[in-house]
Amino acid sequence: MALPPLTLLWVVPALPLAGFVVNGALALVAPGAKRAVSLVGVGVLVLAFAAAALAVLELAQLHPSAPLVVGYWDWLPVGDLQVAFALQLDQLSAVMILVVTGVGALIHVFSAGYMHDDPGYARYFAYLNLFVFFMLTLVLGASFPVMFVGWEGVGLCSYLLIGFWFTEQINADAGKKAFIVNRIGDFGFLVAMLLIFWYTGSLDFGTVFPKAATTFGAGGPVITAITLFLFLGCTGKSAQIPLYIWLPDAMQGPTPVSALIHAATMVTAGVYLVVRCGALFALSPVGSATVAGVGALTALFAATIALKQWDIKRVLAYSTVSQLGYMFLGVGTGAYAAGIFHLTTHAFFKALLFLGSGSVIHAMHRAYHATHAHEDAQDMRNMGGLARYMPWTATLMWIATLAIAGIPPLAGFFSKDEILGAAFAQGAGRPVWYVFWGMGLAAALLTAFYMTRLMLYTFHGRNRTGDREREQLHEAPPLMTAPLVVLGILTVLGGALNIPPLFGGGARLAHWLAPVTAAALAPTAEASPATEWALVAAAVLVAALGIVGAFRLLKPETLAPARLAPPERGLGRLLWKKWYVDELYDAILVRPVLWLSREVLWKVVDMRLVDGLLVNGTAAASRALGWVGSRLQTGEVGVYVVLFVVGVLAVVGAVVR
Amino acid sequence: MLLGPALAVSGVLFAVGVLGVLLRRNAIVIFMCVELMLNAANLAFVAFAQQLGVAGQIFVFFVMAVAAAEAAVGLAIILAVYRHRRTVDLQNINLLKG
Repeated sequence: MALPPLTLLWVVPALPLAGFVVNGALALVAPGAKRAVSLVGVGVLVLAFAAAALAVLELAQLHPSAPLVVGYWDWLPVGDLQVAFALQLDQLSAVMILVVTGVGALIHVFSAGYMHDDPGYARYFAYLNLFVFFMLTLVLGASFPVMFVGWEGVGLCSYLLIGFWFTEQINADAGKKAFIVNRIGDFGFLVAMLLIFWYTGSLDFGTVFPKAATTFGAGGPVITAITLFLFLGCTGKSAQIPLYIWLPDAMQGPTPVSALIHAATMVTAGVYLVVRCGALFALSPVGSATVAGVGALTALFAATIALKQWDIKRVLAYSTVSQLGYMFLGVGTGAYAAGIFHLTTHAFFKALLFLGSGSVIHAMHRAYHATHAHEDAQDMRNMGGLARYMPWTATLMWIATLAIAGIPPLAGFFSKDEILGAAFAQGAGRPVWYVFWGMGLAAALLTAFYMTRLMLYTFHGRNRTGDREREQLHEAPPLMTAPLVVLGILTVLGGALNIPPLFGGGARLAHWLAPVTAAALAPTAEASPATEWALVAAAVLVAALGIVGAFRLLKPETLAPARLAPPERGLGRLLWKKWYVDELYDAILVRPVLWLSREVLWKVVDMRLVDGLLVNGTAAASRALGWVGSRLQTGEVGVYVVLFVVGVLAVVGAVVR
Repeated sequence: MLLGPALAVSGVLFAVGVLGVLLRRNAIVIFMCVELMLNAANLAFVAFAQQLGVAGQIFVFFVMAVAAAEAAVGLAIILAVYRHRRTVDLQNINLLKG
C-alpha cells in the first residue's frame, strides 16, 4: 500500500451522494424503475459500509492519538477565516460512520420491502441516500463549517422525508414544524461558531480544541456562553427540552425514516457534537451541568408522556426522546464513552423497535386495505394478539424491549447502567448529580413500564383489529424480516462492545475512544466496586419492577378498539395530551408571533407603511408633480405661441447681450 | 444702401406677424401672419445680400419654396379641421390640453 493514510476516505460520503444523483434522476425520468432504484439505493449503502469498514481498519492499525485529517480544497478563504473542505477520521467518527452506514444499510433493505408499492419509491430512496451523505459529512467534517453543512443537510432531508406524503396537510405541517424548531437550534449553533471564531480565530477542530484551555480558561463566561449555545443546537437536532416537540410529530413520515433519521442517526448528532466539543464542555462546569440536567429531565419527562400514548410510533418517539436524554446525561457528566456506547446500542435496538413497528403497521395497513376499512393502522387499541400472526416480529421486538428496559445481558443494560453509574459517581463531588441519577433511575422504571405496555397491547391479549381483517394479518416478507433479525443479533451482542471491568470485560469501546476523550475528560470520580454492584442491582431491580408492574397493572383483555374507546380522564388525560406542552407553546409563542405578524407586521408595517407610504406615496407624489406640469398644457395654440415668443426673446436677449 | 430703412420695414412686418399670431383666433388669419413673418425675413435677407453677397438671395428662394409647401400642407390641415369641427377658431381646438 503506497497510498498515504485514508486517501480514499472521500469515497464513504461520495457513494450515497452518487446514489442520490442517480435515484434523483430516475425519480424524474423513470419513477417506475423500481429494480434499478433498489439496486442503486441499497447498493451504495452496502458499498459505503464496506468503504467505512476499510477506513476504520486502517485507522485501527495506526490508532493515532490525533485525528487523521484529509484536506480536499480551500473552501472559504475570506480574510482571517481560512476554512478548507477537509474530512477527518478519528475513533469517534469511526464509530459514527459504522453506525450510520451499517444501520443505514439495514434500514435501506427494509425500506425496499416497506415502500415497494409506493408511487414515490425513487424519490424516497433519493432522499434517503442524500440523508446518509449529509450525515456522513456531519460526522466526518474536520471543522465546524463542514459539520454545519451536514447538520443543515440532515435537517433538510428530515423535512423532506417527514413530509414525504405531503398531499396530506398533517404531514406537511409536521415537516414544517420539524424544520422551524430545528432552525431555532441551528441559530444557537451559528452563534456558538461565531463566538469560537471571534475568540480563537479559527474554526478547524484541530486548531480550536488545543487552544481552548489557554484562550478561554476554565469556567469563564465566554466558554459558558459558547457551550450553552452549542447545546441549544443540540436540543433542536436531538430533541431535548425545550425543543423536543418536533420529534413526535415527525412520526408522520414513513416508518423506516423514523427508524433511520429520528431514532438511530440524525437525532444523535447532538450527542456527537457534545462529545466532539468535549474539550470545550470540559472547561465549563455550568455548561456540562446544563447538558446533564436537561438530559435527565428530558429522559424522565418524555418517559411520562410515553406512558399514555396510543399510537405505536408515538410511544417509540417519546421513548427516543427519553433515551437521547440518557445520552446527554452521560456526556454532560463527562462519561463520553458511555454516551457514545448508549448511542450505538440505542441505534441497534431502537432501529429494531421502529422497523418492528413498521412491520406491524405494514400488516395492519394491508389488512385494513384489503377490507376497505378506514381505521387507524397505528393505534395500539386496534391491535392486540398480533404475536400469533407475526411471530418473528413479536420475538424480535421483545428482545429489543428487554434491551431498552435494561435487562442483562442485552445491549441496553450495559450502556444505560454505565451512564447511571457515572452520574452517581459524579454526585460525590457535585451533589446535584444525585438528583440527575434519581431522575434517570425513575425514567428507567417508566421505560420498562411503557415498553412492556406497548408489547402487551400490540402482541398479546385478544385481537381487536376486526373480524374480517383478522384473516388478512400476515408476517412481513423476508426482505423486511431479515434486517430485523440482524438488528436483533446486534441488540443481543452489542453490549459486548464495552463490557465494564466490573463484569470482567475490557471496556473496549472506552479504550478505543480514549484518544478522543482524553483531552476532554471532565474529572469523573470512581465509585467503589461495592457501590457499583449496588447500582447495578438497583437498575436491574427497577427494570424488572417496571416490566412486572406493567404485567400486573395493565389488562389488555378489557381494552376497547380506538373507535369505541372512552375518553381519558385525570392524570391519564394530562399525559395523553402530552402535558399540554404543544398547547402551551401555541399560546405563548405561536399565537403571539402570528398576532404580531398579522396585526402589526402585515396590517401596519406592510399595508400602511410599505404599501401606503412608500409605494403609493411615491406614486402620489409623482402624480402631483405631473399635475403641476400639466397646467402648462392648455391645448390652446395661443398660449404655446406666447411661451414660444417669450422663450425666443429670452434666448436672443441672452445671446446678443 | 437703404439697409437701415429696409431692416426697419422688415422688423415692423415681423412684429405685425407676431402680434397677429398672438392675438388673432382665426386659424387662416394666423396662417397669413406666419407668411408675413416669413416675408419679413425674406426682406431682411435681400437687404443684407446687397452687402454680403448673393447667398442671401438664394436663401430667399428656399424660404419661398418652403413657405409654398407649408401653405399647401397648412391649408389642407385647416380644411380637415374645419370639416371635422365646423370651426377654425383655435380657442375651440384644445384636445391636447393636459
